[in-house]
Amino acid sequence: MESINRAQEAPKTGTTIVACEYAGGIVIGADTRVSTGTYISNRASDKMCNLTENVVMARSGSAADTEAVAGFVRHHCAQREIELAHGETMEVKQVARILTKINYENKNANNGTGLGCYAIAAGWDEKFGAQVYSCTAGGNMIKTSWTTDGSGSTYIWGFLDSEFKERMTREECEKYVLKALTLAMAVDSSSGGCARLCTVNKDGCFRRFIKGDELERQLGEIHFKSGGGLGKGVVYGEKSGGVAI
Amino acid sequence: MIPSRTSHSSSIGPGVVPRGADPAYDEEVKREYDLRKNIPHLGKGSKGRPFSIDPNVGVMTRTQTPYVTGTSVLAVKYKDGVLMACDTLACYGSTKRYKSIQRMKLVGKYTVVGFTGELSDFDYISTLLDELEMTDFCQDDECPRTPKEIYNYLVRVMYNRRNKFDPLWNSLVISGWDYVEKKPFLGCVGMIGQHYVDDHVATGFGNHLARPLFRESWKEEMTEQEAEKLLKSALLSCVMRDKQMMNKFQLSKITADGPGEISEPFAIDTRWGYENYVNPTKYAPGAW
Repeated sequence: MESINRAQEAPKTGTTIVACEYAGGIVIGADTRVSTGTYISNRASDKMCNLTENVVMARSGSAADTEAVAGFVRHHCAQREIELAHGETMEVKQVARILTKINYENKNANNGTGLGCYAIAAGWDEKFGAQVYSCTAGGNMIKTSWTTDGSGSTYIWGFLDSEFKERMTREECEKYVLKALTLAMAVDSSSGGCARLCTVNKDGCFRRFIKGDELERQLGEIHFKSGGGLGKGVVYGEKSGGVAI
Repeated sequence: MIPSRTSHSSSIGPGVVPRGADPAYDEEVKREYDLRKNIPHLGKGSKGRPFSIDPNVGVMTRTQTPYVTGTSVLAVKYKDGVLMACDTLACYGSTKRYKSIQRMKLVGKYTVVGFTGELSDFDYISTLLDELEMTDFCQDDECPRTPKEIYNYLVRVMYNRRNKFDPLWNSLVISGWDYVEKKPFLGCVGMIGQHYVDDHVATGFGNHLARPLFRESWKEEMTEQEAEKLLKSALLSCVMRDKQMMNKFQLSKITADGPGEISEPFAIDTRWGYENYVNPTKYAPGAW
């Protein structure tokens, strides 16, 4: 029929990813929506993957590019870990550097546009503790206390700036990252679904999955309660459409 | 050859080159045209300096791209009337900006109109519908406009705007009770004037997601509960897969008892409890 929607784009993530360091580790989080144009092709995807046991990568940008890059980084890290002593892990900086190198050296991929891999690599190692690296396309690697990326990130820079505190506890940091994700998902139509969090500290990597209906409601949103519908028959007789309820 | 001038101040209108704006052109005019005499090839009485219209100036473009949009509207006929459902979101591009917009409007005693597409254009259509309602009220002749008349009117409005290359960027769903023929009415009008009546209607993304469900499950003489159940299952399908939809809906009902009723906003159960959602990449780290 008629086409109100915009033109189809190549499958991208249209995502929100956030990472933040706290006293003793990092918390990294992502939404779970993958969309092709207006269609949600996957409503419960997993946008975070372990590059090594102690480093997690959150992906945004081109779905294919980030998946390919993650695969290569995992391979390189696996090969290097063979040579390490028992119990020794790769440094977060090294892993992030491998990722960045791949982004940097492939600037002429895709007919000059380069790889569309916008990633966050975050983790914990013995030597330098908790680190968050923002590894954007083009081959930039920047260490920050917290960072965000993806289409939904535009809506939460202000919140993240305003609510960030140095040396948070694990609970505070998880709450901070989850709130940021929830806010972004409430406003960005390309982000949504559920939220995934991953905490990495000296004890290991701990995942959390927060279902879509368990996220905090934002302004204008409502919870599911059974029996909604025509029950009471309220009449809305306002003169013009588009009246806020 | 008539000179074409494509850069000049648009405040003086299209295509006019004021004296002094372009010295080279002024010279050319002085050389070529004697403004005290008639210029033969331009016709009798013409003394003006020739110019051509800059195609890029003075062209009016109204709604060619929508700004604030509403997504699908779904509607089904049942035994005693028509049910319509839609969410309460208006998106600003890909931003879910306004979350409490009522996208259905009661028109007179027997009609409910819902929209997909540009909010401002529907606001304008609402004003037109209000005028119709006003004339009905003033005539006070106990035969207000039937839904079919409102539908026909909207078809004409949409089609005529399309003919002027200035469409109202909406798909409208008109549901109502025809008090003359004593049966429910349901029709849909698009932005280029395409229109049809049917037992069930879906606009926007609902065309793809809800229509197959309607075709499968709709039957004649459904009860209100069955119709509500069918609509809610179609809404579930839409909200799971349309990124510009939110889980906050309104349901409207129109029956012979008129006027229409629009419910309080409600949410539906979107089922996030599948086991495989918890760790989908367990056996394929790095995949999606």
